Amino acid sequence: MNKIRFLLARRFTQFLIIALFIGANSYGWKILEGDLSASALFGVIPLADPFAYIQMFFAGATVAFDVTLGAVIIFLFYALIGGRAFCSWVCPVNMISDTAAWLRKKLGVDAFEKRRYLGRNARYWMIGIALLLSIIMGVAAFEMVSPVSIVHRGVIFGFGLGWGVVALLFVFDLFLVRHGWCSHLCPLGGFYSIIGSQSIFRVKYDVEKCSSCMNCINICPEKQVLNMITKESAFVKGGECTLCARCVEVCNDSALEFSIRNYIKKESK
Amino acid sequence: MQLSERRKFLLKSARAAAAAAVGGLVWGVIANESKASPLALRPPGAIDNFLATCIRCGMCVNDCPYDTLSLAKIGEDVAYGTPFFAARDIPCYMCEDIPCTAACPSGALDMSTMLNEKSEPDINKAQMGVAVVDHNNCIAYWGIQCDACYRVCPAIDVAITQEYRRNERTGKHAFLTPMVHADACTGCGMCEHACITSKASIIVLPREVALGKAGTNYIKGWESSDEQRLLDVSTKVTTKTKRSSEKVRDYLNSEELFDE
Repeated sequence: MNKIRFLLARRFTQFLIIALFIGANSYGWKILEGDLSASALFGVIPLADPFAYIQMFFAGATVAFDVTLGAVIIFLFYALIGGRAFCSWVCPVNMISDTAAWLRKKLGVDAFEKRRYLGRNARYWMIGIALLLSIIMGVAAFEMVSPVSIVHRGVIFGFGLGWGVVALLFVFDLFLVRHGWCSHLCPLGGFYSIIGSQSIFRVKYDVEKCSSCMNCINICPEKQVLNMITKESAFVKGGECTLCARCVEVCNDSALEFSIRNYIKKESK
Repeated sequence: MQLSERRKFLLKSARAAAAAAVGGLVWGVIANESKASPLALRPPGAIDNFLATCIRCGMCVNDCPYDTLSLAKIGEDVAYGTPFFAARDIPCYMCEDIPCTAACPSGALDMSTMLNEKSEPDINKAQMGVAVVDHNNCIAYWGIQCDACYRVCPAIDVAITQEYRRNERTGKHAFLTPMVHADACTGCGMCEHACITSKASIIVLPREVALGKAGTNYIKGWESSDEQRLLDVSTKVTTKTKRSSEKVRDYLNSEELFDE
């Protein structure tokens, strides 16, 4: 249980948020209405996807106050506190890609194929393409094709042929690139990596306790953020860390823990 | 071959740019395909720049009490994730408080366009579409009595009227045919929903698809308000064809006029 405590917590928040959306759509609950693009919390507090907002701005839309305020709230939350936690605590695609990664390991696809076809910076290119296409087409371009949207909106409002996209994403992650979508391509993940890189909620590493077993490196979907392992005690500073806490769970030495980055005092080592 | 750092950097950039171009093209084509949906009927109060402004949150869908609205799914012929309705399945029942428009947080559905003089919501101002009658398959035009669309119209005798005409074929009956008045039609689709032919003979189309535009060359001189349309017209007209340099006299006297 201790080994999956954060996994259970993440699945709980992911399911809870979707369940509240479904409740609003099917039963008229007034707790969290809308979807992950824009919503209203308790019927009053607006929330909105800042990346969708930026695309709409580039597409030439004059967006009303509610969504603007909502995008600012979400932006500030992840920029100051949450980092890239959206990806592993909210986004439902995370469940699909985690399952694919798990099955990949079970089937031995990793041992069979180690070569990476895709760079981890592809997602930042995707952001650029999304904004460029938004200008050209006059419509939020990533929102037209986003698997994140297709999955969560599918669950709330109906899938249509969206199942095909889910299957495609699963197969892509399973056989082609490990964590291919979430850790390489997804521009929304890239966006949160950028805005959340300075957030205060972080994983902290203690080299004194570490026995260099490398369990954390093996489990991490964004290995590059764990570059300090075995070298020095430090916070995980990379914005690409999704705060999924898999490293915290697998560590038998308690060398990795959640912590608060303190900007006011001199950053303690 | 030994590559210099400079060459490596350039090749790497070129590769990334090529991948981005190919990916972007595929993405653009898919998105453009999905975006092209000129026949979708939008909720009341939809603004001109609807596709760019709608954030696809579905709150209008949530608040629609008749399940009229739904968000477009993958594979449906409407821009993905945007709200629309299919009038033949479930029409808009024209709620007086317009909950769908009121729910919109992005401004894609604009309540200010739906207010009457007293600043109250007025669903009759909706312009979701306009009903179009297929005169060939509407059985009222055959001379068989049917007034389903006329009776069901929420703006009966305003948006749909019944026209009477003598049936010359029988010599003793009348045609009672529906006539849509576009300026009063809200596009709610009650008529399309009620139409008794196996495929509806009165359908609702988006106004920009169904309605023509007279332009400024023609004005209803008998309606003083119609001249308002001329106010924005630029008077600085430049004629592209060259004026003839010849005098009228030369032209009249030239022999070309005579056909010998």
